Amino acid sequence: MPSTAPILTCSGVSKFFGGLTALDNVDFEVSQGEVVALLGDNGAGKSTLIKCISGVYKPEHGQITFNGVEITNHAPSEIRDRGIETIYQDLALAENLDVGANVFLGKEKKKRFMGLFPVTDDEFMRQEATKVLDRLDIHIPSLKQKLVNLSGGQRQAVAIARAIYWNARLVIMDEPTAALGVPEQRKVLALIRSLRDQGVPVILISHTMHDVMAVANRLVIMRRGKVAANLPREGANEELVVKHMVGTAEGAL
Amino acid sequence: MTVSAANVPKGSPARDRVLDFMAQNWAYIFLLGMVIFFSVTGRGFLTLANFSTLLVTSTMVALMAIGQTYVVITAGIDLSIGWTVGLSSVICARVMRDLINGGADLAPAILIGVVLALFFSLIPGLVNGVLIARIKVPAFIATLGMFGIVRGAAFLLTDGQQIVGGLPNNLQDALRSVGSGSLLWWVPEQGIVFLNRPTDLPPAITRGIAGLLPYPLIITILVVVVFGFILSRMQFGRHTYAIGGNQEAAVRSGINVRNHLIWIYVLSAFTAGVAGVLHTFRFTAGVPNAAEAALLQSVAAVVIGGTNLFGGEGTIRGAVIGALIINVLSNGLVILNVNPIWQFVVVGVVIIIAVLVNQAQTALERLKANA
Repeated sequence: MPSTAPILTCSGVSKFFGGLTALDNVDFEVSQGEVVALLGDNGAGKSTLIKCISGVYKPEHGQITFNGVEITNHAPSEIRDRGIETIYQDLALAENLDVGANVFLGKEKKKRFMGLFPVTDDEFMRQEATKVLDRLDIHIPSLKQKLVNLSGGQRQAVAIARAIYWNARLVIMDEPTAALGVPEQRKVLALIRSLRDQGVPVILISHTMHDVMAVANRLVIMRRGKVAANLPREGANEELVVKHMVGTAEGAL
Repeated sequence: MTVSAANVPKGSPARDRVLDFMAQNWAYIFLLGMVIFFSVTGRGFLTLANFSTLLVTSTMVALMAIGQTYVVITAGIDLSIGWTVGLSSVICARVMRDLINGGADLAPAILIGVVLALFFSLIPGLVNGVLIARIKVPAFIATLGMFGIVRGAAFLLTDGQQIVGGLPNNLQDALRSVGSGSLLWWVPEQGIVFLNRPTDLPPAITRGIAGLLPYPLIITILVVVVFGFILSRMQFGRHTYAIGGNQEAAVRSGINVRNHLIWIYVLSAFTAGVAGVLHTFRFTAGVPNAAEAALLQSVAAVVIGGTNLFGGEGTIRGAVIGALIINVLSNGLVILNVNPIWQFVVVGVVIIIAVLVNQAQTALERLKANA
């Protein structure tokens, strides 16, 4: 279990959309070595919270610090440079390109052609992609394959590989198993554990209770823009979580 | 992923390989088939002189198709280049003519004409790019609007004439020496001759003279090589594909998609501008509607060459093959004495076949990958 100081701290974060309070004074922490599941009904504020963390939204109140640095008003690209990678449901991969090109998208490794023209070093990028996929224990038969020809789980792996290749120090995953078959879901859950074990904490948004129970160390349940409960995995069960989600648990707000 | 025995497609592997090869390279096979067909059936098709003419004629569509390929890979379309070619041609002819009539020397007049023509042809591209990338006007609408604007501009510059003519004789000769010139000539009974096309020969021999390396072809090959290299090997090309594959992913990975798209439309206008200048050199006149028909042919060439109209796929090589297929068809049908109107029908059929083959190929690829 985590014993270190939190790597990410959100304190008193509020976000309004017109008259709607999307986040209401939210406190949220993530420490090294944990997988935190972020749960809640639709509209509970999970997505708003991760968008505030990744810089897509600016909170009206509150502070977000990462590794001791305040990042509340940083641009998304800056936050990504600091090591917070968000893997969205749609993965944001160029499916018409191969694995190496995707891992290096926007940051292509170049070499000189005839000592003169800068060309993309596809061989290097492919090899680096293989290394990082090996680290995650993922094997893709041909790395020259375009992503469109890979399975959903393999694409998910590519998205994760890209994040950790660029030294992600915190990975946020939005419904990573939603579109996958059962064997692939298992693979992705294994990936999440493997990320955690390599010192990269994960925030996992999921509706699938089974996934949450399988990988999370801690469950944060949101309801109507507030944190309704913050439970360790031990002792939590589906019934309790649902009660917190709908607001009928003992001591619920 | 392991391949289970049940999923292995039926049929011998050798036949599959042949089918696969044909699906991958059908455009080349089709081109070769047509060349053979017309060589057998059409008298005068398979001659050096005809091939030289055919290649030079193809340069217009090929040049336009190069820029169009970039545009279509980003899931756009550029309809304005049909008139950008004309604008470039008209500016080129008019600037040269007016400078020389004003007393300028030949060489600087030609140079300034070419530079200004290329420069002004970039403007419609820049405006297209800004409209599409920054103001989010759909490419079809933005370039359709530009189609009208550039068409008007080109005709305004001809003072309402169908052509900018009346070029001084010395200028016409100079233009012709490039536009109709060749680095090497094949002369029947004499062999290969450098630079100057021999004159004062009997008509029977003159008819057989063929430019082996016509300048317009050399220039086009240069443009093909440069832009083909950029697309297939350089970061600019990689980003072009990424934008076409998933624009959102490109944005999130830090690619400056807006600026990139602007460059793409400028590039498209540039290759059209080169086509316009070449047209003026070849015909020693500025012709506003020089590429009226070539516009749709450029789109056709791109599609025949395997570029996906939804973006993300395509090659310059394919576009060039597409341009050649269209021109071999036109040329061959003329030689066979077929009513030229049939060209439209035939090219139309070929486009539809091209799209069908490409779809089948994509489906096949996916099947194989999932097997």
